[in-house]
Amino acid sequence: MTSPCKKYPRGAACTESQNRPDLRALFLGFSSVGLSGFGGVLPFARRMLVDERKWMTAEEFNTQLGFCQFLPGPNVINLSVIVGKRHRGVAGAIVAPLGLLAGPLVIVLLLALLYDRYGSLPLAQSMLRGIAAVGSGLLFAMAWRMGMAIKDKPLFLPFTGLTVAAIAALRWPMPWVMVVGLALSGGVAYWRLGRK
Amino acid sequence: MSVVGELFLEFALLSFVAFGGATALLPEMHRVVVENHHWLDDTTFTHLYAIAQAAPGPNVLVVTLIGWEVAGLAGALAATLAMCLPMSVVIYLLIDRWEGFAGKRWQKAISLGVAPLAVGLIFSGATLIAQAAEFGWAAWALVAVTMAVNLRTKLHPLWLIAAGAALGLLGLV
Repeated sequence: MTSPCKKYPRGAACTESQNRPDLRALFLGFSSVGLSGFGGVLPFARRMLVDERKWMTAEEFNTQLGFCQFLPGPNVINLSVIVGKRHRGVAGAIVAPLGLLAGPLVIVLLLALLYDRYGSLPLAQSMLRGIAAVGSGLLFAMAWRMGMAIKDKPLFLPFTGLTVAAIAALRWPMPWVMVVGLALSGGVAYWRLGRK
Repeated sequence: MSVVGELFLEFALLSFVAFGGATALLPEMHRVVVENHHWLDDTTFTHLYAIAQAAPGPNVLVVTLIGWEVAGLAGALAATLAMCLPMSVVIYLLIDRWEGFAGKRWQKAISLGVAPLAVGLIFSGATLIAQAAEFGWAAWALVAVTMAVNLRTKLHPLWLIAAGAALGLLGLV
């Protein structure tokens, strides 16, 4: 346990978590997460990493996830890169996200083949329409839950409104909306943090 | 440039603004893929979203499906790589340094500032799916029920998806 810790002096995972997976374990562990997660795999990632295999403590999980959520990109993929790097360096950082994606990717491509063959049938179309309605409802629920979690709503919810106006109504390109929005919203947050 | 190359570049650019994950990118992917390039139509786009919802795995796989429909296997792999690779490399290179930024004022400001934008993006994605699928009153009712059930109970979303599929098959939505 001592040599990898010298390699990553600031990696809390070195000193606190009890197990160090090899590449095979990383691949299989993240495969199980990818394949069991329906509608968001984060809870499954937490169960595997913290409860079952003890590759991280709950505290480490929260900190690392915090970083992933602060960065763009698929959170779970980012998390798997971090966990892979912590335990097995470059190889781990490649193998962990591959494990996460490989199984679901094959399933999704098989579904795509089915869709290409049968997707034009009226029955398939109406089934997918029903699922899309549920999917849309789940997204509204997710937006609602995240919106309720925002502190200082009068200050920050207007930025939600502006984003919806720019993206959904005006159909402006998202990279520009995000750059300008983040400058404004982050600027307000910076000012607010200074006043506390 | 080939379609696969274009797809890769478009999605790689998007991956840098994917605050809130691939779900937050739905409106922009629709803009790029359906409105700008006409690679897919509205109906196919909503179908692909529905398939991704019903399949296991990270949300990012909707990107794989879009890539597949646009340019086959090469498109699927290019789109997935474009979405995952750039930030993975950035994170790999910078994670150790970033940990030293924890708790800094500007870092907290970005975390706080990103959240309301991500909410707006996901809300836009939800309305976009509804618009593209041209929901009638029955579908909107299902949207509302799904939202209420998901917010008020701990029922696993998979049951809701199964119910949506069943209602769809019965021709009720």
